[in-house]
Amino acid sequence: MKLDPKIPSGPLAEKWTKHKNDIQLLSPNNKRKHKVIVVGTGLAGASAAASLSELGYNVEVFSILDSPRRAHSIAAQGGINAAKNYQNDGDSVWRLFYDTIKGGDYRSREANVYRLAENSNYIIDQAVAQGVPFGREYGGLLDNRSFGGAQVSRTFYSRGQTGQQLLLGAYQAMMKEVHSGRVKMYNRHEMLDLVLVDGKARGIITRDLVKGTINRYEADAVILCTGGYGNVFYLSTNAKNSNATAAWRCHKRGAAFANPCFVQIHPTCIPVSGDYQSKLTLMSESLRNDGRVWVPRNKDEKRPPNQIPEDDRYYYLEERYPSFGNLVPRDVASRNAKLVCDDGLGVGDTGLAVYLDFRDAIKRDSKEVIQAKYGNLFDMYENIMDENPYEVPMKIFPAVHYTMGGLWVDYNLMSNIPGLFVAGEANFSDHGANRLGASALMQGLSDGYFIVPYTVGNYIADEELPKVSTDHKAFDEAVESSTKIMDKLLSVKGNKTVIEFHRELGKIMWDRVGISRSKEGLESAIEQIRELREEFWQNVNVPGDASYYNKYLEFAYRVADYFELAELMAIDALDRGESCGCHLRDEYQTEEGEALRNDKEYAFVSAYEFLGVNGKLETKLHKEELEFEFVELKQRSYK
Amino acid sequence: MSLMTINLKVWRQKNAESPGKFEDYKLDEVSEHMSFLEMLDVLNENLIKEGKDPVEFDYDCREGICGSCNMVINGRAHGPKHKTAACQLHMRTYNDGDTIVIEPPRAAAFPIIKDLVVDRSAFDRIIEAGGYISVKTGAAPEANLIPVPQEVSNDAFDYATCIGCGGCVAACPNSSAALFTGAKLAHLNSLPQGQPERDKRSIAMVNQMEKEGFGDCSNYAECEAVCPVGISISSIAQMRRDYMKAIF
Repeated sequence: MKLDPKIPSGPLAEKWTKHKNDIQLLSPNNKRKHKVIVVGTGLAGASAAASLSELGYNVEVFSILDSPRRAHSIAAQGGINAAKNYQNDGDSVWRLFYDTIKGGDYRSREANVYRLAENSNYIIDQAVAQGVPFGREYGGLLDNRSFGGAQVSRTFYSRGQTGQQLLLGAYQAMMKEVHSGRVKMYNRHEMLDLVLVDGKARGIITRDLVKGTINRYEADAVILCTGGYGNVFYLSTNAKNSNATAAWRCHKRGAAFANPCFVQIHPTCIPVSGDYQSKLTLMSESLRNDGRVWVPRNKDEKRPPNQIPEDDRYYYLEERYPSFGNLVPRDVASRNAKLVCDDGLGVGDTGLAVYLDFRDAIKRDSKEVIQAKYGNLFDMYENIMDENPYEVPMKIFPAVHYTMGGLWVDYNLMSNIPGLFVAGEANFSDHGANRLGASALMQGLSDGYFIVPYTVGNYIADEELPKVSTDHKAFDEAVESSTKIMDKLLSVKGNKTVIEFHRELGKIMWDRVGISRSKEGLESAIEQIRELREEFWQNVNVPGDASYYNKYLEFAYRVADYFELAELMAIDALDRGESCGCHLRDEYQTEEGEALRNDKEYAFVSAYEFLGVNGKLETKLHKEELEFEFVELKQRSYK
Repeated sequence: MSLMTINLKVWRQKNAESPGKFEDYKLDEVSEHMSFLEMLDVLNENLIKEGKDPVEFDYDCREGICGSCNMVINGRAHGPKHKTAACQLHMRTYNDGDTIVIEPPRAAAFPIIKDLVVDRSAFDRIIEAGGYISVKTGAAPEANLIPVPQEVSNDAFDYATCIGCGGCVAACPNSSAALFTGAKLAHLNSLPQGQPERDKRSIAMVNQMEKEGFGDCSNYAECEAVCPVGISISSIAQMRRDYMKAIF
């Protein structure tokens, strides 16, 4: 396997422009003759589909949900970054680039991250033109808020529903193209396999989730926009249908999987209440702009929070990180919440929660001001927790939220399989070992609107792509392999449900491959994952059959894939003998308990090649060395 | 924490062609902190263990924003709590021994797929007819060149928060999609960016709504009462004004 990142030469600020100038173009007549498959309709998928169709390509789009508008980008709350410098606070493309690469603890490519920062401003222009109702100032111009990991205000927002509004903008742009006839939409279809012909991605296999049929689609290129794999942990802030099956099956067909152990645990989520818990709800980290995080100083504190005097409150982020305070990056905030709970200072019934308190902000700004900023989040909290956060501090705890790892891609966002492009959270490209707040929406839309439409065109113009029929034996083989997995799952009829297995897998992952990791813990996790996977294939109970709508069959094949991916995540975490960003290895910490990077040995992207599963996952590690020409690698400090 | 016994009457239907009927189930040890959908998860785990077909229902984000869930609970779309999607409903709303009736949203334009799952693709086709501003990628002017008064932007935002769940259709005696269509029109038609296509959009979306087999609006306002995000029926009034202006 050869991994060439294909980063253009030249000064950082000119790489993307130069690359665009060098790219092969196709005439409108020729574009019409080509077909591109887009899998997933979140920000990356919907924006890519709309943009490619506008250029004249035929596009087929697939969503597992009943409507493309429901993709999980819809749930993003806080905002989207852009380097507009509307606040005149000294922001620039360089600063957005620098904050993002630093926030990612120097484990991403300079060239990719710089391009992301460059594109950020065009995204805002595009969204406003589509009618996305961003927050505005009295004068009618766009407003900004600040977000974790940055000292400037560069985050554009639509109250607490920024993801919803940006997704609806991209969805509507795509529906405009459905109307034009160039985009064909397939809802309630799940991608089960990638079809390779002559080593190139030439189609996909899907299951029609309503009719149960297995279908074949051919194309000149496939763009995977299927999101992240946080649901490996069972409990996460991801939607219930978000899954890794499409990406994992591409991996099994030869696409390298990069940095699988980089998982972001979001600091501000609603704590777990019981075993029946099916998912976790995130509260936007914008709340940390005004909320103060604390726990009682004394372990045996029994008083209700409002009766605990100032001296007995431990504002641990403000004390430990005086310059960033409550606005430290997500990984730092999550790790510290775990540390204070490990010390027995946690609050609530389970002791696994910390307070996020708005008392002082309400005193300073009035309840009305706080309500205007966060009203919907406060309502959501009250609805779930049955407590009024205007009066009682919120209880929060970290939860799995975002996966920085994903399929390996080059500068063109193409995987090592020619013709397979990967965009949005599904790729590994821009966030290194930790993603900053309000950067996911930016990346999804940068990839979809402004990168993939160029680079896919370049690929199609450059390659010999003879017409392929879905009768080709590669399609037969892929159909057979997908059917076999489903038949096997349905035939076990064991004693444990899919959810029971998934919950157990999640617990292993959270305990040992979660906020902090150790050599011993990871080694035992790998053993446990293997044992549980064996048991799964012997004892899982999947109801019904494959001939009709069967949600639990969908869950079953997704969980089967999680069992393999989980092992890869643990293997990668074990291999990475350093702490960086969200990856904290107990063995590698500074004396003050901060992540201790090892740039000499680990400034690389780990990219795994799939070799097989036989009791254990057989895998081969390839390293893409990260070269830093333009920034100096520093120990991150938010103190 | 109190545990309850809950009796359920759930609509079971194999597919659009087969007749459906209510089935009775009893769940013990339901925690007050469970969400309504988690209660159904528990029911399904029990059914699977008994070798029975689990109840199919649509859900995804479980935080009230994706609009997947839209079941009718005791005759009311999304259940009894005001401005709350079914996934955000918690069992503390109910008492020990309560009987809860759960059905799919019923409308000719939403054919049943299985149990509580319906086909809402009619909504996508209404958007496809004109629910957008035609701007190509790359063609947008600098964002602050289009100032929008804050109150106009806020109003547009309120309409734009529609989650497309279809609760409004389920609640309407006429199975009208006027609130859904009106919300998108009110969002786009009130913004300066939406003006060039205002008339065309209003006609196309209203016509498509009718073509899909949704009924007309008779101002019952049941839709507004059940809307999980509180979309106002003033959007319907604006839709009517825009449509009338557009056709003359």
